[in-house]
Amino acid sequence: MKRVALLGMPNTGKSTFFNRITGASARVGNWPGMTVELMTAKLLIGSSMVEFIDLPGIYDLPGLSEDEKVVERFLETMPLDLLIVVVNTTQIERQLGLLLQLRQLQLPTLVVLNMADEAQQFGVKVDIERLSKSLGMSMVSISAKYGQGYPAFYQEIQKLLADSTAITVQGLPHFLSHEELAPQVDALVKQSVEVPLQLSPTLTHKLDKIFLHHWLGLPIFFFIMYLLFQGIFLLGTPLQDGMEWILSAFKETYLAPLLTDLPKALQGLLLDGIYDGVGTVATFIPMILLFFLFMTVVEDSGYLSRAAFLMDVLMSKMGLDGRSFVMILMGFGCNVPALMGTRVMQSHRLRLLSMLVIPFALCSARLQVFLFFIAILFTADQAPLVLLSLYLASFAAAFGTAYLFKGKFSNNEPFILEIPPYRLPTVRHMFLRSWMELHHFIGRASNFIVVGVILVWVLTHFPPAAEPASAETLAGRLGNFLAPIFEPIGIEAQLVIALMFGFVAKEIVVGALAVIYGLNDSHLTQAIVQHVDWVQAYSFMLFTLLYSPCLSTVATIRQESQNLRFTIFSLLWSFGLAWVVCLVFYQSARWLMR
Amino acid sequence: MSNTSLAQLKPGQIGIITNLDIEEGLYRRLLATGVRIGKPIEMLRSIFSHGPLHVRIGMTEIMLRRTEAQNIKVTITS
Repeated sequence: MKRVALLGMPNTGKSTFFNRITGASARVGNWPGMTVELMTAKLLIGSSMVEFIDLPGIYDLPGLSEDEKVVERFLETMPLDLLIVVVNTTQIERQLGLLLQLRQLQLPTLVVLNMADEAQQFGVKVDIERLSKSLGMSMVSISAKYGQGYPAFYQEIQKLLADSTAITVQGLPHFLSHEELAPQVDALVKQSVEVPLQLSPTLTHKLDKIFLHHWLGLPIFFFIMYLLFQGIFLLGTPLQDGMEWILSAFKETYLAPLLTDLPKALQGLLLDGIYDGVGTVATFIPMILLFFLFMTVVEDSGYLSRAAFLMDVLMSKMGLDGRSFVMILMGFGCNVPALMGTRVMQSHRLRLLSMLVIPFALCSARLQVFLFFIAILFTADQAPLVLLSLYLASFAAAFGTAYLFKGKFSNNEPFILEIPPYRLPTVRHMFLRSWMELHHFIGRASNFIVVGVILVWVLTHFPPAAEPASAETLAGRLGNFLAPIFEPIGIEAQLVIALMFGFVAKEIVVGALAVIYGLNDSHLTQAIVQHVDWVQAYSFMLFTLLYSPCLSTVATIRQESQNLRFTIFSLLWSFGLAWVVCLVFYQSARWLMR
Repeated sequence: MSNTSLAQLKPGQIGIITNLDIEEGLYRRLLATGVRIGKPIEMLRSIFSHGPLHVRIGMTEIMLRRTEAQNIKVTITS
């Protein structure tokens, strides 16, 4: 099998290009010796199978950032048949430096001049033949987004791979710096690139006058975010209900009759345990898909970097930067993709601090629990205010945590961010991207949820003589055992069991309450009113908001930080904070109401 | 013609970079984004009086914080 690696600076459309040529066949793969996952895909080019690897976007060699080090390690150890360097044609002046550095590797190289469409718009012209000759590299011009120039690309890559042999770089060369390369770059630009002297005021500049307006910028930004979440819920809720209906219909009509011959306990485990547990998570697929579709639009349009620009002042006071804020916002949909999003940060400490605060973002799963309790214990007038107070608590916990720990995770990462021109996202890329994120999510969630659900089911059903989820079961005993911790914050033993379910996934909490109180819908409401007053309920909600997002989130923190100690610290901190906040709330509320 | 820092430029003003008095890591990152001595850099906007700056260099637009911009010396041309 032949091996081809894709390289380029950030914002060159490298990933769009990779997705275009590999389609949905791309997979996230682990590489020996690499701490990060790289996207790979196998394709038939000509008569040989070729493996494509999408390396992280880098600015410079030798590497200073984590991404650059990954690229270096990769180039050093992996034999390659061909290196493809993706270049943003509109910024060719400053991208030639990296190209010249890569030339020092003396690998067979194909240069892909991307964004041909944008270059034409901006009036940037490149004499490809001449530049290709001067560099001694093959070169093609394409538009990755609109799919132009691909026939020429395939022709060229076929030719280059026809009788190639894999080469391993024998020790990395001493890379020349961008500064040392400057005269060479200038000469190349002079010889074969035509750049307009003065930029004409483009659409981007007109849009920025509005979106980055001194006073209006932030309100516009919050309004856009508001529309985003409204959109997700408006479209997502009916889809979610539909999914739930299909799953339960399938269970009743097909699955249950099929399993009647099995022993009762095994039946319960399979149906009420695994199927229901995994099913609850599955119902969130439409929501997550929508979330990623919308986020892809915001990201691909170039607006996300503007949001980071607008929020940087406030975030810098808490040791974070504009990008962290964007991630917290993403966390309001689901914490998992938000945590994965911190990969764009160069400084490890900044990443860790961001990962410490993101789990406090009130995600859609927690929202479901809150809506359930608020509807039962508060009047319609109070409801929106109660929910708002929980959102404020979420922000306060995130910002307060960052402020408290900014010293521990202090970083001098200078915040430089490229602000790309506004771009129209393509539907194809939106769906490809969302599909891939979803795939990743399901893969990670399924392992954890199945194990977690089995565990919780066993806890609430053993010993078999005891009534399920009663005080005599393992869960009940555990609940009573933990009572000294939870009594001071007003959470009774039954609700403690629900919190244990909630540790696996918040989606299960409401269903768990039904099992615990052993009642269905209308009776459940009455049972809760009898057992819990509003102070206890609010304390329970505060605790649910803060104590721990879900197992998927914990797993993601572990995976992204590559640091078990940090993961445990993050868990302990959120648990401790939840307890203290609830203690203060519960005891002072009780004292005031005496 | 007057010497000042990038942070002092007003929106619409263009300066020629004369000196980059910054640490190695940032220096290399800036070089890679096209910021280097002798290049013209245009101030596009800043958010509030102490917020980050939005500048353009060649065909590339970047944002950076005021602290960093203070160490980038420029000569105002327009």
